[in-house]
Amino acid sequence: MENAEVLIDCQSVWKVFGDRNAEAIEAITSQGLSKRDVLRDYGCVVGVSDASLQVRRGEIFCIMGLSGSGKSTLIRLLNRLIEPSLGTVLVKGQDISKMDAAALRRTRAEHIGMVFQSVALLPQRNVLENAAFGLEVQGIPRDERNRAAAAALAKVGLSDWTKHYPSELSGGMQQRVGLARALAADPEIILMDEPFSALDPLIRRQLQDEFRQLTKELGKSAVFITHDLDEAIRIGDRIAIMKDGALIQVGTAEDIVMDPADQYVADFVAGISRLHLIKAHSVMVPVADWDGPVDDLPRCDPEADIDALIAQITETSADALAVEEDGRVVGVVSVRNLLLGVRGEAGADPIGAEA
Amino acid sequence: MRFDPGAFIAPVVDWLNANFHPILAVISDVIEAVLGGIEWLFLLPPPFVLIALVAVAGYALGGVKTTILAALCLTYCWVMDLWDASMQTIALVLVAVTISVGIAFPLGIYAARHRRVEAVLRPILDVMQTVPPWVYLIPAVIIFSLGTVPAVIATIVYGVPPMLRLTTLAFRGVPTDLKELGQAIGAKPRTILFKIELPAATPTLVVGLNQCILLSLAMVVLAGLVGAGGLGAEVTRGLTRMEMGLGLRAGLAIVAVALLLDRLSRGALQGRRKA
Repeated sequence: MENAEVLIDCQSVWKVFGDRNAEAIEAITSQGLSKRDVLRDYGCVVGVSDASLQVRRGEIFCIMGLSGSGKSTLIRLLNRLIEPSLGTVLVKGQDISKMDAAALRRTRAEHIGMVFQSVALLPQRNVLENAAFGLEVQGIPRDERNRAAAAALAKVGLSDWTKHYPSELSGGMQQRVGLARALAADPEIILMDEPFSALDPLIRRQLQDEFRQLTKELGKSAVFITHDLDEAIRIGDRIAIMKDGALIQVGTAEDIVMDPADQYVADFVAGISRLHLIKAHSVMVPVADWDGPVDDLPRCDPEADIDALIAQITETSADALAVEEDGRVVGVVSVRNLLLGVRGEAGADPIGAEA
Repeated sequence: MRFDPGAFIAPVVDWLNANFHPILAVISDVIEAVLGGIEWLFLLPPPFVLIALVAVAGYALGGVKTTILAALCLTYCWVMDLWDASMQTIALVLVAVTISVGIAFPLGIYAARHRRVEAVLRPILDVMQTVPPWVYLIPAVIIFSLGTVPAVIATIVYGVPPMLRLTTLAFRGVPTDLKELGQAIGAKPRTILFKIELPAATPTLVVGLNQCILLSLAMVVLAGLVGAGGLGAEVTRGLTRMEMGLGLRAGLAIVAVALLLDRLSRGALQGRRKA
């Protein structure tokens, strides 16, 4: 995925709200004022400060932050629903802040879909008409747009509901319509603004799994906003943690849990289960640090997660597993390493060899 | 010391009369012609034919209840021998409301988009609504002389504020996420206006139109004082002759006309939403 085409390239983007935002931006660029200084000196609120991120083709990029962290502002900068105060946003290599109104409309219509937390369905239109709405405003003929909308509704499992009105649907179903509406226009990128936050936990999990599966199947890229780290971990290929308008860490779920950038992130990930996040290669110790014979140990894959390793080790009488890559033993995972891994501490700790 | 606003306004009115007479005459002629045309059309078929037509329209717009109500209202006007006067009044209200909406609707949307415009309009609307209505009649009569035209003008002045206020309120009340949706899917501003904002604003707009119609009707009755004819003239006659019966009959006819216009307009705007 590292080599895939960059679809969204967000470079040092700032958003400052307030009457004196121009002066505030000037002061930020020339004197490097902090968020607090800007509020005190100019009465301006910094929504997003110096955010840089790249979203690649086929990737689900989660932005996790608490309310007020600026994540909703950031996602709206990506399709210019909000004008950035500073910095550039490139969508498929094109600078969207330089586009005229018509080019911007075309980019939004063809390349970037959006799904809202509040769903934003039009109450006077039925499910099919809602799903086809994006195509309707593009002036696509009725038959064609209805076909595309029906296909999108089939993908989200709502084929039987096309003639119903939004008010007759449950919250989860309404959000599926929102997703179908975004998919109907067949964009490469889908912006998801806390789409599942208002749903029941069970429905939410179901939609998370379906969303991830569907996005991967269709080869779409997504930027997914959430305030729930579990959700970010379930869905995201990469996760950005946002606080006070800034991205404080960007990485895979494993990177973030194993190596939090600061205390804030560490506190956040403290309660997260490591079982499915941490892989054998992160907790193993080198063969040289292991006292016993390696040849008798059961073998495991470096990409196997702790949950699988625990299952494997409890089924056998062995105290450790040998991690084998390309037919060669590259490390050993002991029970002790697994326990440390569950607590989120990396291996490569020589004490691990004592077991 | 006494300040006399009339001393300032009177010259302005005179100046308008002297310099803009041709334009004012054209406005006057157009309004009279349109009014006359509508009246003529209403009075062309026998009353029972028109009642039947309106009843059918009522069914199409709002269903059985609207049909029965519309037929009863018009039948009352006919039976009470106030048919011609009622038709005159309806024509007057239709023309005045159409012009009021034509002015108030775009201005209301404009005010909803720009806070400054609203800040300027608000005190003007306050004055328009609080000055006793017959005060408008004086300059209107001076400029357009007695008859239906000053009545229409005064009615418009009275009908614009509620429609404008509620239009602004309606468009302010459109959920932000729906407007964002329009932008996010690449819709043109005009498409967002007609396909997203207008449907979402309709319930409040219906209230605005309803207020506009009812206030216009109240004003049209008052305009009976300046020779506008219609039910207003009948009420005025009842008052000046101290005829309780005539006053009551005409008064109830006004209620009937108000009900009719209210239900029909409501049905026309809301009917489709139930689909």
